[in-house]
Amino acid sequence: MSIEDIPWGVIVILLPLAGAVVCFLSPQRVSSLGLIVALGIAVGVAGLGWQVVEQGAQRYAIGGWGAPLGIDLYVDGLSLSMLVMTVLVGLGISVYARGYFKRDKATHFWPLWMFLWSALNALFLSADIFNLYVTLELLGLAAVALVTLAGGSDALISAMRYLLVSLLGSLACLLGVALLYHSFGSVDIAILAERVQPSPAVWAAMGLMSAGLLLKTALFPLHFWLPPAHASAPAPVSALLSALVVKASFYILLRLWLEVFPLANAALAQLLGLLGAVAVLWGGLQALRQTRLKMLIAYSTVAQTGYLFLAFPLASIIGWTGALYMLLSHAAAKTAMFMAAGNILYFGGHDRIADLDRVVQRLPLTISAFALAGVSIMGLPPSGGFISKWLLLEAAIRSGQWWWGSILILGGLLSAAWVFKVIGYAFTQTEAPHESRAVPVTMEWAALAMAMVAILLGLFASWPLALMEIGLPFGEEGAG
Amino acid sequence: MNAVFLYALVGIGLFTLGLYALIVYRHLLRKILAINVMGSGVFMVLVALAARTQGATPDPVPHAMVLTGIVIAVSATALALALMLRLRAETGRTEFPEERLE
Repeated sequence: MSIEDIPWGVIVILLPLAGAVVCFLSPQRVSSLGLIVALGIAVGVAGLGWQVVEQGAQRYAIGGWGAPLGIDLYVDGLSLSMLVMTVLVGLGISVYARGYFKRDKATHFWPLWMFLWSALNALFLSADIFNLYVTLELLGLAAVALVTLAGGSDALISAMRYLLVSLLGSLACLLGVALLYHSFGSVDIAILAERVQPSPAVWAAMGLMSAGLLLKTALFPLHFWLPPAHASAPAPVSALLSALVVKASFYILLRLWLEVFPLANAALAQLLGLLGAVAVLWGGLQALRQTRLKMLIAYSTVAQTGYLFLAFPLASIIGWTGALYMLLSHAAAKTAMFMAAGNILYFGGHDRIADLDRVVQRLPLTISAFALAGVSIMGLPPSGGFISKWLLLEAAIRSGQWWWGSILILGGLLSAAWVFKVIGYAFTQTEAPHESRAVPVTMEWAALAMAMVAILLGLFASWPLALMEIGLPFGEEGAG
Repeated sequence: MNAVFLYALVGIGLFTLGLYALIVYRHLLRKILAINVMGSGVFMVLVALAARTQGATPDPVPHAMVLTGIVIAVSATALALALMLRLRAETGRTEFPEERLE
């Protein structure tokens, strides 16, 4: 077997799965083992990326059984971008978690995190809608278990609500899968794309699957479960949930919308865009009102998720690329923000924004990370957030729907307001002194590194943009 | 209206019934049961719709999907029950705070 034939796609799913079992069985060296597995996954994704760049989009038939009977894995520019994002965020979080979790928590965190990673990789590589349902459930179960790691009744209640919402969303998806299979006799996305015809069953399936996935992506007004779940989880878990888990259900929606439901009607697309726009404004306003840093960042996730849905009414290659770019830069920036919040919480024992008490002098690296991530969230140049807003704005103007552009600007202003509010308090002295505990240096650097990724996405935009186009996931130029 | 269609409709009915119970009832155990009823409804639709043509042998693929679905449903239920018990041990409650009556 030459190096070109190595099935990297299978490796990046199996490696974290095996890693989870190994981490579970040897609690003594769990952090080091986890970090080694994380590096292994990075090598695997690099191999897969090299293969895709050299040979174009790849399709693997697992065990030699092709679709329609067997399970296929498919990787194109869209899946690869998601995998690379997961690796970058995953490595950052793995380094961070080594410092954050003490022994007993670490033995629980690492196996669950590896299961979650495996589910994410499998989800991004799945080529059939039933497999997408299975990976979505795996992801949900691992994510719920991770939320409970924080302990205490708040985390338990949020986790319970998250679990019920997650199961409801996946069941709606499964019902959609049943209807699609009945109508067209296949669950393979490529085969479905060929066979799909407008019919009541397809509309029902589309409605059910979209509703389920919107619930899981926490699009306004289905976002009620997200802020408490993301805010009450331990910092590295909050980062995982906001950066990766929410994006996974959006990825499925994007895939279905682009391939299985290309007949998607304009009214529904406008509705998604409208909900996205309301989410941007509502999430931004709610973020401004919060008194706790983690709750604020969680509401900002609601707002940033809203931007992703602005691409639906625009429905052009530039629009989709802009949304995907937003997804990647938000993942990096939000990870950095939650890590920074985690550092502040670790240092001072609380995350009340009004009592930040000159934290900038004690944790300069952390506040730098927060500010740099803020630059990307606001959409200022040079950052990934800027590039994605630029692309979305261009798509809005080209399609003659300039009003979506005004949402981008208003959302940016709201983000700027809360970022400066937090930074302002970080410079101000308060009555209540911190109970200060030294923060491990790796945790500060991990946050800064993730913020740098968000900035670098703005400086070197041509590579990720070229990567996204492999296999033309958004269709041919002119077709959109 | 043949038998297959009837079974599928019953499945959809179960799904709706479960959804109603999930929203209306406050006790977490009832919510967990509601999710399970919804799941059973979906499985019933899958099994019923496997008979794609009248009289022919049913398609086995949806049956395999139901088996996978059952495994997932069992693990999800186990997690939900464990969470509920833990929540009761911690707070003495088996409802969400926003749904409490008093």
